[in-house]
Amino acid sequence: MARLTIDRVSKNFGNYRALDTVSMEVRDGEFLAVLGPSGCGKTTLLRQVAGFDQVDDGEIRIGDTVVSDTRRHVPPEHRRVGIVFQSYALWPHMSVFDNVAYGLKVAGVKDPERTRRVKEALTLVGLETFAERRPGLLSGGQRQRVALARCLVTEPSLVLLDEPLANLDVHLRAAMEDEFARFHERTATTMIYITHDQAEAMALADRIAVMDRGRLLQLATPSDLFRQPANETVARFIGEGMVLPVEVGAADSEGRCQGRIQGLEVSLRASPLQKAGHAKVCLRARDLAIAGPGEAGLGAHIVRTVYQGGFFRLEASLVRAPDVTVHLEVPEPFHHGPGDIVDIAVHDGWVLPATTES
Amino acid sequence: MSGSAAKAMRGGDLTLLWGLVVLVAILSILPLARLVIEGIAPGGAVSSGVIGSVLSDPTTWTAVRNSLVTTLGGTVLAVVIGSIVACFVALTDMRARNAFVFCFVLPLMIAPQVTALAWLQVTGPSSALLKMLGLAPPLGTRNPLYSAEGIILLLGIQYAPLVFLTLRAGLRALPKELIEAGLAAGAGKLTVLRTIILPLMTPPLVAGIALCFVSSLGNFGIPAFLGIPANYLVLPTLIYQRLAGLGPGVLSEVAVLSTLIGVIAMAGIILQDVMLRRRDFRITTTSTAARPFELRGWRLPSEILLWGLVLLILVVPLAGLLATSLVPSYGVPLNAATATFENYDYVMFDHAGSRRAFANSFGLSAAAALVIVVVSVPLAYFLVWRRSRMLRLLNLAAELPYALPGVVLAIAAILIFLKPLPVLGISLYNTIWIIFFCYVARFLVLGLRPVASGYHQLDRTLEEAAQVAGAGLIRRLVTIILPLVAPAATAGALLVFLTAFNELTVSALLWSSGNETLGVVVFSFEQGGDSTYAAALAVLTVIVTLALMLSTLLFARKLPQGVLPWRD
Ligand SMILES: Nc1ncnc2c1ncn2[C@@H]1O[C@H](COP(=O)(O)OP(=O)(O)OP(=O)(O)O)[C@@H](O)[C@H]1O
Ligand SMILES: [Mg+2]
Repeated sequence: MARLTIDRVSKNFGNYRALDTVSMEVRDGEFLAVLGPSGCGKTTLLRQVAGFDQVDDGEIRIGDTVVSDTRRHVPPEHRRVGIVFQSYALWPHMSVFDNVAYGLKVAGVKDPERTRRVKEALTLVGLETFAERRPGLLSGGQRQRVALARCLVTEPSLVLLDEPLANLDVHLRAAMEDEFARFHERTATTMIYITHDQAEAMALADRIAVMDRGRLLQLATPSDLFRQPANETVARFIGEGMVLPVEVGAADSEGRCQGRIQGLEVSLRASPLQKAGHAKVCLRARDLAIAGPGEAGLGAHIVRTVYQGGFFRLEASLVRAPDVTVHLEVPEPFHHGPGDIVDIAVHDGWVLPATTES
Repeated sequence: MSGSAAKAMRGGDLTLLWGLVVLVAILSILPLARLVIEGIAPGGAVSSGVIGSVLSDPTTWTAVRNSLVTTLGGTVLAVVIGSIVACFVALTDMRARNAFVFCFVLPLMIAPQVTALAWLQVTGPSSALLKMLGLAPPLGTRNPLYSAEGIILLLGIQYAPLVFLTLRAGLRALPKELIEAGLAAGAGKLTVLRTIILPLMTPPLVAGIALCFVSSLGNFGIPAFLGIPANYLVLPTLIYQRLAGLGPGVLSEVAVLSTLIGVIAMAGIILQDVMLRRRDFRITTTSTAARPFELRGWRLPSEILLWGLVLLILVVPLAGLLATSLVPSYGVPLNAATATFENYDYVMFDHAGSRRAFANSFGLSAAAALVIVVVSVPLAYFLVWRRSRMLRLLNLAAELPYALPGVVLAIAAILIFLKPLPVLGISLYNTIWIIFFCYVARFLVLGLRPVASGYHQLDRTLEEAAQVAGAGLIRRLVTIILPLVAPAATAGALLVFLTAFNELTVSALLWSSGNETLGVVVFSFEQGGDSTYAAALAVLTVIVTLALMLSTLLFARKLPQGVLPWRD
């Protein structure tokens, strides 16, 4: 178990800046998910932590030890981190048992102890009866679990997981998610879990780091991330947020303020420091509804309705600003179709703090 | 990026890498540098006297002309045969492709001197085979192969597989859409072949031509067997004669001659580069290769023709060789009454030199194969997975001794080892170790290439997983990487073994009494007129070669495609 500190780390591939002054602090025993679109630098970040590459700038500390900076570089074999690769990377020429035992052998752990610990690790992942199999004969989920056992058997201070569930089908995914959660509860190991699946990150993580184009955009609990995104990119990326321009008044100490979206008066959440003026608001689909009788709303043309079982997903463009589209869920029965005009009520929203984001 | 990869290496890794760098430098850069220095400063003093006298000697230019004539002729023939066969194998639906490829590529794996010897047994007035069939020309007739045309014919046959292999690799990478687009545009099959396929095949074809040119230029076995009796000398045989006749005294002179060969070879390689730079041949799509041309009614005739070719270039000469090896003395016709195994008996058990040669060739080839694999596994690790500019240069250096003709390396080795080694005070000259040095230097790349393609197929995370488990580089190499690249390494070792086992060029210049190789003994039997013994020994080497080639089929499925030349 260990704290991980990533301090203003940058990494270039030629002219391409794959990591741009990324800083984050992972607490001891924390389960941190790193979330971001493909190519945003998640794997690159992990490889810096594991020590496969040398950072171009910044510093990485595990516990109190500096493992990477521009001059020092502790090689991966001396970092005592565990890693589970997206491709599992099980050694095909060794049995499941030997795969798991490898790290102990390298560490010089002798036999009764070694066998005991390998058996324990295999029991933990429910594979004790598969010890003598070759990895080639296992199913995807079983391979995943062997990779996990192999990574955990040496009790690393820090466990890195690179999209460990990406290759599994939906059902297996859910089962493995449970397993990860239980496992983390039991061992309280510090874990960094890379994924591009929001639901997975939300379900598992204590906190989520959102990355985009090599930069860290926000590091927060799942609920904060959803309710209070730090900027427009996070707002749009997480939970399909809609971002609209708004005129706000100054927020009170509770963080409530009045706003006006395309002429519609709404009550919004904001940072208590929010000043009056132009701003942007993040709306969620669940914040919107078809306006009830007598309720004020935004007039909108329906663009599309998609039936999704029990409700429709409705996409509409505002009458007063046709380039702005919103989407919301409306329950059955719903008799309008494309071209019709409806009034959309706004029940809640989060005023995005003014940022320097370009 | 390369910089940071290098920085990421620490202590042990760096020691290993520098060890490999020094080793490759000793094997490749040192000999060539030594050769060039000898040309500039013969015997240690700067002078242009030797260069002048060699270059003003008419024999030099006769040999250069002969070399060019036979090399170019042989290359043209090889290109014609090789590319026709490649088109059939890669583009049509001919049957029994694997067996055909195996047979067609076989001449490449058989030693050139054995090829030469075998052909001589088919055409001369004393041919046991012709006598058996009653077709032998009258005694006293000159064997028509003792001529420039003979050399050209055999070089063409020997190296047609080289053109075939490079072209087939190119055809395999050709996406079928390109061909289908042509057919869809209304072009006939032959038009598509002429206007789309062949133009796109320029790079592999040119590469094949260059390879063929350099190999023919450096070939010693064929002009030695066919040219020396007719006093038709090419550069490698001229060097051999000078050195054999006069000993190390003429070293500076032969150094100039071998530099000359080196320069001609380089000119060929550079010309290839220039030709390919002029046009854009990049193929943009990636998809499975096509075998688009159904032969239909032409299938059987084509197959008969192709197998006829195999009969002509493989079966007939080997039959001639076999026939000669079974008669009691050269010129006796082979029949039930005359057939005998005495020649085999003699070369295997009675003749001390050939018995030693078996041991020497086996030992040298096995040791070279082992050393090369041991070097190749870590070397390819750095070349493939830790790419950097320095490593690219290292790769080039490792290729050089094989790219240049064998005589070049052999003469360079004499220059290096003639005097006792500094510090150690041991002399390798006139020992088996000088041959061993040349084998390792020359054939390193034969082992390295398959191992490198093995690495390319390997998921790097397998190594990284071991790294985070705490395993150091050496341990990872032994416990993780070696088992995973083992099939490719075995294939590499076999290629090295087979090539070294059939080698003559280097050992003809470097052998000493007690250190003969099989190639040398076959050569001296033939030169001494003992064709029957030469034939018996040659048949034995062919059998060993064939057996080893066939043994690879047992694990061929585990290998990256293209590692074994004789597999389709
Ligand atoms: N070794 C490398 N050399 C050059 N560019 C690289 C290298 N490794 C990664 N990159 C580039 O850096 C960027 C980030 O890559 P990275 O693998 O970290 O993305 P990722 O967030 O893990 O994406 P994914 O979700 O698709 O796995 C990509 O644009 C990639 O092309
Ligand atoms: Mg990734």
